[in-house]
Amino acid sequence: MTFRARMAAFLPPLLPLILSICVAETAVHMAWVPSYLIPAPSEVFHSLLDDRRELALAAWETLSSALVGLLISFAAGTVFSVALSSSDLARRAFYPYAVFFQTVPIISIAPLLVIWFGFGRPTVIASAAIVSVFPIIASTLLGLKSTEPSLVDLFKLYSATGRQTLLMLKIPFALPQIFSGLRIASGLAVVGAIVGEFIGGGGLGSVADSARTQQRIDRVFAAVLISSLLGIVLVGAVNLVSSLSLGSWHTSERKSS
Amino acid sequence: MNLDSHPDKSKSGAAVVGEEISRAFTGTGLVLDRISFQIRPGEFVALLGPSGSGKSSLLRLIAGLDRADTGRLAIETIDGALSRGFVFQEPTLMPWRTVLRNTTLPLELEGWSRDSAKARAEEELRRVRLAEFGARYPHELSGGMKMRNSVARALTTRPNLLLLDEPFAALDEPTRHGLQMQLREIWTALRMTVLFVTHSVMEAVFLADRIIVLSHRPARIILDESIILPPIRSTALRTSIEYVNEVRRISGAVPAVVEAL
Repeated sequence: MTFRARMAAFLPPLLPLILSICVAETAVHMAWVPSYLIPAPSEVFHSLLDDRRELALAAWETLSSALVGLLISFAAGTVFSVALSSSDLARRAFYPYAVFFQTVPIISIAPLLVIWFGFGRPTVIASAAIVSVFPIIASTLLGLKSTEPSLVDLFKLYSATGRQTLLMLKIPFALPQIFSGLRIASGLAVVGAIVGEFIGGGGLGSVADSARTQQRIDRVFAAVLISSLLGIVLVGAVNLVSSLSLGSWHTSERKSS
Repeated sequence: MNLDSHPDKSKSGAAVVGEEISRAFTGTGLVLDRISFQIRPGEFVALLGPSGSGKSSLLRLIAGLDRADTGRLAIETIDGALSRGFVFQEPTLMPWRTVLRNTTLPLELEGWSRDSAKARAEEELRRVRLAEFGARYPHELSGGMKMRNSVARALTTRPNLLLLDEPFAALDEPTRHGLQMQLREIWTALRMTVLFVTHSVMEAVFLADRIIVLSHRPARIILDESIILPPIRSTALRTSIEYVNEVRRISGAVPAVVEAL
């Protein structure tokens, strides 16, 4: 990519950001909005710099909890989906509960998690896992069920075992869907971790919560900024793994067809 | 690499006998209506019929992918070991596997060792003239090459019964003609029984030694004729008087099929 092409790609999304920073800075300085509602971007920047050690530590704690939660939901979600995809009866019996799981607001079961897992990391990890498991189940199931029928016939023709059909056909065929589920789940895992931290303590969730009680709106904003960055980092990591494992066939196939 | 060390499942074709085969589907109703036929070992038979006539349904029954409601289907081989190859309408390759690994698939499923599977697959890729493309992915191939890959895959187990379901219908004419000649060459070399489903009289006459014509749904056999043409089918044959006469004879016997085209 040439410099011009790079600028053409990055400038459009950058402009509104720069513009809104300028507007916010001006608005606070001119006292159009009270600074206890919206902090001046420069104050947020100062807060990021001054508390960088503490924020970095909290960010790492949140990220690692989100990551562990995501791994748990990925493992559990995949096993669950494989089990459901292999039996129509099992799917009819259990899928509604998977949907139910998604509709329960995490914030309402977070106190329960504290009762079960106590204050600290286990609650945070459980919260991240619960929030991120449904997209994994939904998209993995869809992927496992959309295998090309003639390829299934081909496997039947050579009397393939269920295990061969699953490992050599259904899972590879579902990989693009599995990755798109994982992409959604990775953003949600960060959300789940932060909600868990609000109640269970630790990480950026705690930083934001205690800054709120101290009326440090600039620190709240700093924590929010970093937590959304964490989401982007996690989604980016999934994208990287996805393009590494699908690059040779899936994306190039999209290009040619 | 000694290829002969692995036992070949077949050196000869299978015989296929159907007696009073019927099959109905919910929604479409009766598709096959008491179909009886006998296919001798090593025959090249074209199954001709209008679209939706049930010829694919019959082929799926013979492939073991579906079961008849009533009637009897027997497939017999000389040594008792049956191996079927199937070529679908679409190439049905796995996009994440290379051409070579797509070709070894049936052998992997049957538990061959990696080396002997690779050697056999390379042999079949040479047969369909794809030897240099083993490391490519399907999306890098043309439509005709994908279909040749699919044919090579069906040949890896050295089937004594090769079933093809309108495999060349989606290809452009020069490619289709090339593949027809290649298929005929493969059959001449291996002499398995071939059952080729098509809706084209010209394709059926060019390829087969015998044509079985199915009626509109529910399908019954309305014609079963031998094709009298030289065993080697060349490009020159397509414009010869004998070929045109055979096409005319078959078309004339099945006016409904010609209209349905």
